[in-house]
Amino acid sequence: MFFSFDLLFEAVLFGVLLGCFYAAVSIGLSVSFGLLDVPHVAHPAIMVFGAYCTYLLGLYGFDPIVAGIVLMAPFFLLGMLVYRFYYETFERRGSEAGVRGLAFFFGLAFIIEVGLILAFGVDQRFVEADYIGSSLSLGDYRIPYRMLVAFGVALVLTISLTLYLSKTFTGRAIKAVAQDEPALRLMGANPVRIKQWAFGIATGVSALAGAMLIIVGPVEPSLDRVYIGRTFAVVVLAGLGSMTGTLAAGLILGISESIVLMLFGASWAPAVAFGLLLIVLGIRPQGLFGR
Amino acid sequence: MKYWISAILLVVLAAGTALSGMNEYFFFAGYVVLTFVVLATAWNILGGYAGYVNFGTAAFFGIGAYTATVLFKWLGAPLAVQIAGGALISGLLGFGVGLLTLRLRGIFFAIATVAVIFICETLMINWRYVGGATGLQLLRPEVLAPFETYTRMLFVLMALLAVGAVSIARYIQTSWFGRGLRAIRDSEEAAEASGVPTLKLKLFACTVSGMLMGAAGAPMPMYLSFIEPVSSFNLTYSVSALAMPMIGGTAHWIGPVIGALLLGSVQQIVTVTISNEINVLVVGVLLVLFVVLAPDGVIGLFKKWTRYFK
Repeated sequence: MFFSFDLLFEAVLFGVLLGCFYAAVSIGLSVSFGLLDVPHVAHPAIMVFGAYCTYLLGLYGFDPIVAGIVLMAPFFLLGMLVYRFYYETFERRGSEAGVRGLAFFFGLAFIIEVGLILAFGVDQRFVEADYIGSSLSLGDYRIPYRMLVAFGVALVLTISLTLYLSKTFTGRAIKAVAQDEPALRLMGANPVRIKQWAFGIATGVSALAGAMLIIVGPVEPSLDRVYIGRTFAVVVLAGLGSMTGTLAAGLILGISESIVLMLFGASWAPAVAFGLLLIVLGIRPQGLFGR
Repeated sequence: MKYWISAILLVVLAAGTALSGMNEYFFFAGYVVLTFVVLATAWNILGGYAGYVNFGTAAFFGIGAYTATVLFKWLGAPLAVQIAGGALISGLLGFGVGLLTLRLRGIFFAIATVAVIFICETLMINWRYVGGATGLQLLRPEVLAPFETYTRMLFVLMALLAVGAVSIARYIQTSWFGRGLRAIRDSEEAAEASGVPTLKLKLFACTVSGMLMGAAGAPMPMYLSFIEPVSSFNLTYSVSALAMPMIGGTAHWIGPVIGALLLGSVQQIVTVTISNEINVLVVGVLLVLFVVLAPDGVIGLFKKWTRYFK
């Protein structure tokens, strides 16, 4: 094995970019699972679905980022529908619903995955844009523009969601529903409508995250499987529902994955997220910035 | 008593068909369906009785298969030893995973078990001895005396395993283990407060469940004469093993059997007549439909009907 500080620095630099990207793909889950307690195992599948929608719009000449932003609106509605359905069929029925709610989202993830296979086949798909494929040279280091784009979008997403949740009325209502739902009900607010709105936002954000996914690399329908590990590792490590925590946890995952990639090679990289997840669950399930 | 007579009759029936001139494909497909009977029954011990959703079936199944491969390649061990070894190692894995994660509730446990699949898969991909990512071709030994082909022998073996697994699940359900596990499902705090040793019971259920899944996976390399990580640790096993009890009904040991026979047969037919992708789609759609419309599965539907006609 060969090792130098130059390589390490490069791995960390790449890890930071990768980490911000991981934060961006996890932030929707941080709202839907972290704040709303919905066992949203289908989050990565919806993201991959978003990536394929971006690909389709790309065929009509849309830039992937623009496509991602345009897709946020229909995904917002889709999210509201999914939550409404989940609430009516499971959450309202109470205790026994836990197992079945989980099974429902797991089944949903498979339906989306197979639907994508049937529609697009198992081949990898990618989009084209000026910033994909070229890289920025800084001295000896080369930073691919596509990672910079993902980095930028991730920062914007995290900052705007943090501000939204802490400064606006609805945002604070979402946080309130996460903290104490019965109290909110006593105040005369309708927690279901707030949760529905929040789930819509989480799903809308996933559309943009899906666009990032296809900018960063080619996608295939079964890509959601490995992202189950990455997104849940980030959200659990962050401490459920903490937006800044999500960014920090994303960075931790990105840097460790990139270092493992450098030291041991690509075949070990997928295990990093899952290993991290198991360690966090075993040692500190409340996460780094837990409530 | 009635149970044991019918169980023995079923095994004899399986052996009888295997010795008859039945079409070879029947055994090829029947083996897979019976594997799913074992997997679904095993899943239900932890998932159905105790209410802990395990997404990690593929991990236990794959580890069982890889243990058998290692035993075969290293010692040339016979099939029975391979199965015992697979069950042992998967049981140990179940114990370890349980120890690490059973303090977690609901989704956290479920996600942790997904993590176990991917970690095991990565380990096997990087382990040269068992063929790494490309897999390993295995040469089947000679088939044993009364059977004509290896597949027929494996079919009877899997029928035995299935009956064994169902008997274990039935015993657990009717004994104090089952009562304790049900108490955990209904309310873990209440169970703990009334003196049910919750952690011990959950660990026990997780270990037995893992053991049975490992035993189901162990003959797989011999069945295919080949082993490879991506298909051995495929998440499809997990979703099927979860869907079958959900479709059959999780409260009773017959539920997973009904679910596995129904869904397993449909899967085999769909795979042959249409495609493998549709087969996964069928599992997903049926799972969601049953979870939404018939929460107690086929058993629940059946009960409703009999009550309606009375």
